[in-house]
Amino acid sequence: MKSFTYERATSPAQAAAIVARTPGAKFLGGGTNLLDLMKLEIETPTHLVDVQDLKLDRIEKTREGGLRIGALVTNTALSADERVRRDYGVLARAIQAGASGQLRNKATTAGNLLQRTRCPYFYDPNMPCNKRKPGSGCSAIGGYSRQLAVVGSSDKCIATYPGDMAQAMRVLDAAVETVKADGTTRAIPIADFHRLPGDRPEIDNVLERGELITGIALPKPLGGQHFYQKVRDRASYAFALVSVAAVIQKDGSGRVSFGGVAHKPWRVAAADAALPQGAQAVAQRAFAEARPTEDNRFKIPLATRALASVIAQAKAPRA
Amino acid sequence: MKFDQPAGTNPIDQLKVVGRPTSRIDGPLKTTGTAPYAYERHDVVPNQAYGYIVGAAVAKGRIRRMDTSAAKAAPGVVTVVTTLDFPKPLPLGMQNIAHLFGGADVAHYHQAIAVVVADTFEQARAAAALIRTDYDRVPGRFDLAREAPNAPLEGGSSGEGSAAPAIDRIGDFAKAFAAAPVKVDRTYTTPDESHMMMEPFATIASWDGDKVTLWTSNQMIAWSKGSLAKILSIPPENVRLDSPYIGGGFGGKLFVRADAVCAALAARAARRPVKIAMQRPLMANNSTHRPATIQHVRLGATKDGRLTAIAHSSTSGNLPEGKPETAVSQTKLFYAAPNRETYMKLAVLDLPEGNAMRAPGEAPGLMVLEMAMDELAEALDMDPVELRAINDTQVDPEKPGTPFSERHYVECLRTGAGRFGWSRRNPKPAQVREGRWLIGMGMAGGFRGNILTKSAARIRLERNGRLTVETDMTDIGTGTYTILAQTAAEMMGVPLSQVDVKLGDSDFPKSAGSGGQWGANNATAGLYAACMKLREAVAQQLGFNSADVAFADGKVSAGGRSAALAEAARAGPLTAEDGFDPTDMGERWQQATFAAHFVEVAVDSFTGETRIRRMLAACDAGRILNPKAARSQVIGAMTMGVGAALMEELAVDTRFGFFVNHDLASYEVPVHADIPHQEVIFLDFPDDKSSPMKAKGVGELGLCGVGAAIANAIYNATGVRVRDYPITLDKHLEKLPQVA
Repeated sequence: MKSFTYERATSPAQAAAIVARTPGAKFLGGGTNLLDLMKLEIETPTHLVDVQDLKLDRIEKTREGGLRIGALVTNTALSADERVRRDYGVLARAIQAGASGQLRNKATTAGNLLQRTRCPYFYDPNMPCNKRKPGSGCSAIGGYSRQLAVVGSSDKCIATYPGDMAQAMRVLDAAVETVKADGTTRAIPIADFHRLPGDRPEIDNVLERGELITGIALPKPLGGQHFYQKVRDRASYAFALVSVAAVIQKDGSGRVSFGGVAHKPWRVAAADAALPQGAQAVAQRAFAEARPTEDNRFKIPLATRALASVIAQAKAPRA
Repeated sequence: MKFDQPAGTNPIDQLKVVGRPTSRIDGPLKTTGTAPYAYERHDVVPNQAYGYIVGAAVAKGRIRRMDTSAAKAAPGVVTVVTTLDFPKPLPLGMQNIAHLFGGADVAHYHQAIAVVVADTFEQARAAAALIRTDYDRVPGRFDLAREAPNAPLEGGSSGEGSAAPAIDRIGDFAKAFAAAPVKVDRTYTTPDESHMMMEPFATIASWDGDKVTLWTSNQMIAWSKGSLAKILSIPPENVRLDSPYIGGGFGGKLFVRADAVCAALAARAARRPVKIAMQRPLMANNSTHRPATIQHVRLGATKDGRLTAIAHSSTSGNLPEGKPETAVSQTKLFYAAPNRETYMKLAVLDLPEGNAMRAPGEAPGLMVLEMAMDELAEALDMDPVELRAINDTQVDPEKPGTPFSERHYVECLRTGAGRFGWSRRNPKPAQVREGRWLIGMGMAGGFRGNILTKSAARIRLERNGRLTVETDMTDIGTGTYTILAQTAAEMMGVPLSQVDVKLGDSDFPKSAGSGGQWGANNATAGLYAACMKLREAVAQQLGFNSADVAFADGKVSAGGRSAALAEAARAGPLTAEDGFDPTDMGERWQQATFAAHFVEVAVDSFTGETRIRRMLAACDAGRILNPKAARSQVIGAMTMGVGAALMEELAVDTRFGFFVNHDLASYEVPVHADIPHQEVIFLDFPDDKSSPMKAKGVGELGLCGVGAAIANAIYNATGVRVRDYPITLDKHLEKLPQVA
């Protein structure tokens, strides 16, 4: 870990301004991912701006009938919130499927969106990795890629976005609310928030330098049945091989986002539209452009079957 | 004490203390976090500096240049020791083939090439990242499947009991196999696995003149004292190891590792004590691992299920001069058949060193042999329990003149099947469903040798009547403290609370150590011998002449006279030291432990995920010294078997030559949610040829066969046979029923 300086911000705009003007500065939230990466010197900030005093820890109703989730609401608090559990079940379930109780107590809503890939080559500083060291090459391509992306990847990077929560946010059409260094604010649709790797895999999302997430806005409840099915090699405490976040209405229509398959939550409009025709039809559209490796080709039938499982549950008579 | 004939009735047979499910006496220390593990021994020596190991960034090659100037100038840095400070590799320790430090050559990824010493851990870590190393990389051999076809025959021993010659033939296998009406002929694979114990390798080293003390975490104190002396080129008497608590080893800590060597070298250079815990990301590639195997099994049987021909071969890889994974060893002993063939091949690989991991040989060997037996049972249309029972043998099938000392495998099969409800299994696969779940039951046999080896101990009757036991035996989480205390209490007729046990110090008498499941029987037998001597000394001190003096309730009694045990130490402590010497008892009888494992699984018909529902093990392992500790060993081993069957695999990058998933996030082992109800049954067959304790090992038996039982249950659930471990969902997914 490189030495760094540390300060606690007093307002969101001030935090944004400090990070924007200080080279090598980064925000510190729960620290559950950043500190690990700093120990390995994958992240080497010279200054940390701790945002935990910013009082962004409330969940409030919006005028539009939705919810605004403060950036610092912990995963534990969010998934336990009565309104979230009642109206946004997919979100509560996705959060509960991730990490451990200890990590969820510490992890924040904004930080969860910003967690970096778990590609093993990204984590080993001896290995070439365009995401960690731009231009050094991608050792995952042609290497151990069982966990990695099957769709939306590039010749520079096949990393996945590893999180669960964002998959639910994606089917809910959440908006990421931010403040910039100059004090202006914006709301970024979650669909546009995470990037595909393309030629710049080192850039995970569209945030500008110093731009701070202040909260997440959820539109008014969708109704329907909410599902989060996470498939992994052990029963808990593992990243998804494939996950399916879905909201399915009585008429069979709905929305679906796939996790563990791409550099961002993977939701395709044409695939959503095919939901009434079944999992096969959805997967054909969602993975039409897929470029899997030999190691992770199985993720496409797995995603199909996981969605089929969700659809079967949606059709089953409710107890 | 020479043990050269079966044990008669002796004080242990009273079973007043031994054989009871006593909670472990070191439990409170562990649950309160006060047991002194190596890295936390802040009080043993002042002024400890922190060492941080730098691992090689290439798998094979030579270091051209190292620039340590920035690291040496970094804040808090005391010294930097590099492998280039030594013109050639330091000598090898016992049983190892990869040099731990010294010289410019890199033999495997993450081999230690430098250690940075600083006032704090954070300073050492930060400085370590400043070292710049240039390598000349050379191509290596990293792909077992590619090297296997040209691998030569190679015999060997695991160092933990299991062993096999390069090739062994009994009868005429080829002819018998050709003639057999029912056959299985299949190839299977098992992956590289990592010990991944919770406590990493850790050592504090301190020099006093030319003598060095290491507070460390090590399973085999006497081996490692000698090894360390050899590696450091100093006399053994100048080395002291102290390892009272060990946070798991599984064979990874049988040997001296880089933490100990680097700490000793760094402390010498820094002229102050140095502590090192190996960083988790280095654990998989810096150390040893269970090597992957490609195994071929051919079984021939009569129509009524009698085996006429058994052949088992295994190909593994290792660094030059390495040894094979002895995966065929149990096949030489487990089932009767007149025509037999076993052989092993060994490829040269430039991956990290392959070496012993819990039940080396048998663990991967039985994962395969017992899956093949399941395939044979199906081919015969015979119950898998029956197939195993009718092919039982009470003698070494290769040397029919050598009987097993005790062998109750058939009882394990029958008892286990009854308790598990095996009769409810539908033998036809893929028939049982509960909603989305495909349900299956599977079973497998377990076999692991019972190794007899010398072990010594010292026992002292203190003035206050307490007993102190001292031996360099280790407790790797197994319960050694407790069973030694039970042994002393039984022998001397005192309550357990009167016994203090001190372990893991190389100044104590040399014991069996912990490995190959030999620790419990041999170490307690060594203490038994010392206790017999102490009983004589006590009797003499108290003026008893009679041969049959009774030790009970804190008193010594004979011929109507009785005295308090403590009386014997009134003039000063009484000390006795002796050892257990098993002579040739392990050769006159074939000695082993046996198990039958039963498992019920549910496989998600949509996603292919396997969830274990129930597990049961019925074990024949001699007298069980402490059923609570033994059960703990077996359920831990069963859990490890779940890992081996379903998820554990070191992923090899055959281009860069290393294990990619080298941390606990990516090398998955079972979590609580993976482990269901586990039941353990111990059959009560004391073995008088094993030792005066009549006990045997159990810690490795619990793992042997578990993986195959799970694999067979998955097959019973799905009808899809996966022959490549671990059985992850991708290997059967597309053969499961259509769902979309």
